[in-house]
Amino acid sequence: MSATFEPIIGRYMHLDLFGRPHRLYVEEAGQGVPLLCLHTAGSDGRQYRALMNDPRITVRHRMIAFDMPWHGKSSPPSGWHNEEYQLTSAQYTTMVLEVMTALELDKPILIGCSIGGRIALHLALEHPERFRAIIGLQSGAHIDPYYDLNFLHRPDVHGGEVCAAIVSGLVGPDAPERDRWETLWHYMQGGPGVFKGDLYFYKIDGDIRGRVADIDTRRCPLFLLSGEYDYSCTPEETLAVARSIGGCEVTIMKGLGHFPMSENPDEFLKYLLPVLEKIGA
Amino acid sequence: MIETLKERVNADAALVRRGRYLTTTFLLEIGETAWLISIVEGRIVSVSRGPFVMPSSSFALRAPAAEWEKFFLRSPPPGSNDLMAMVRRRVLKTEGDLQVFMAHLRYFKEALAKLRPQGGVA
Repeated sequence: MSATFEPIIGRYMHLDLFGRPHRLYVEEAGQGVPLLCLHTAGSDGRQYRALMNDPRITVRHRMIAFDMPWHGKSSPPSGWHNEEYQLTSAQYTTMVLEVMTALELDKPILIGCSIGGRIALHLALEHPERFRAIIGLQSGAHIDPYYDLNFLHRPDVHGGEVCAAIVSGLVGPDAPERDRWETLWHYMQGGPGVFKGDLYFYKIDGDIRGRVADIDTRRCPLFLLSGEYDYSCTPEETLAVARSIGGCEVTIMKGLGHFPMSENPDEFLKYLLPVLEKIGA
Repeated sequence: MIETLKERVNADAALVRRGRYLTTTFLLEIGETAWLISIVEGRIVSVSRGPFVMPSSSFALRAPAAEWEKFFLRSPPPGSNDLMAMVRRRVLKTEGDLQVFMAHLRYFKEALAKLRPQGGVA
């Protein structure tokens, strides 16, 4: 059997973020309208592996997926070993805009899932002029903690095992086994405390309930897609966001869960391709 | 049905192997009915039905019978497909020394999913 290569190319980018040097891993595939992809909490850009291999997208889009600092093949900044990682709305916003500037992305389409779907709402509100369109996956305005987050980072509970076990039920029931477990493997590989630090944004700092209705979809079209089986950001929570924003388009995806692009890409593409068509790349 | 947990879990060699560092007794409450389930190194050694006078357990999982019935369906509806989904809806109460539960969360999810009609997804 001969080896084959995917069209995805990965590089390391050195970039100053929050006043500190960072080494970030960035993957790209395709040509055309830039499509910037944001992964979920505690995971990395591999969640977009199937989409970046799908010519139906890459023939007209330059897809970019970067691993956030501390995630995947991106490093934490020097000095991390004495710090507690906590992602804030301000840091996350800065990170996305700085990466766009560094890569010279002119009005990309943004697609983000979970915490990426939350920051998508922040960006739609605060920086609509920077984007051609924004697609929020599993987007909710706020999630109350429903379990003790301290279990995600303590020495008597294996971090990788518990992070994957926490999220395993968020994968939809029809996900192919290979993609279900690939998705969970990414969670098992997360660094200590990183998932928990991301959830600081998701469950505490990133609450946008009071401002989400101010999003102006005339300045930047907003599309929300949420999986039916997501109990982290439930369909009801996405629908509530959509109802509060004039012109926001929303679809609940049958059978899918919290990681649509990673857990069941074929099903997800049935929902995503029409949205990309509408955006008119 | 709960009695079948022992043979169903113990027949799954991979699940027992993943539980090889798990030895505990936990309380499972299905509505008014209590069950004490003892595990030794990943193998379930006893499943006892209450009522109990002084049950000792490391932790307890408690939910109304109607909620467990949905969880035990072959294809549970959204919100009932996972223990954490039930926790999220505040219908599954977890109490006690939850370090044991959380350190072996995958084991407990997959073990209890064994009570679904065979072939169900954990």
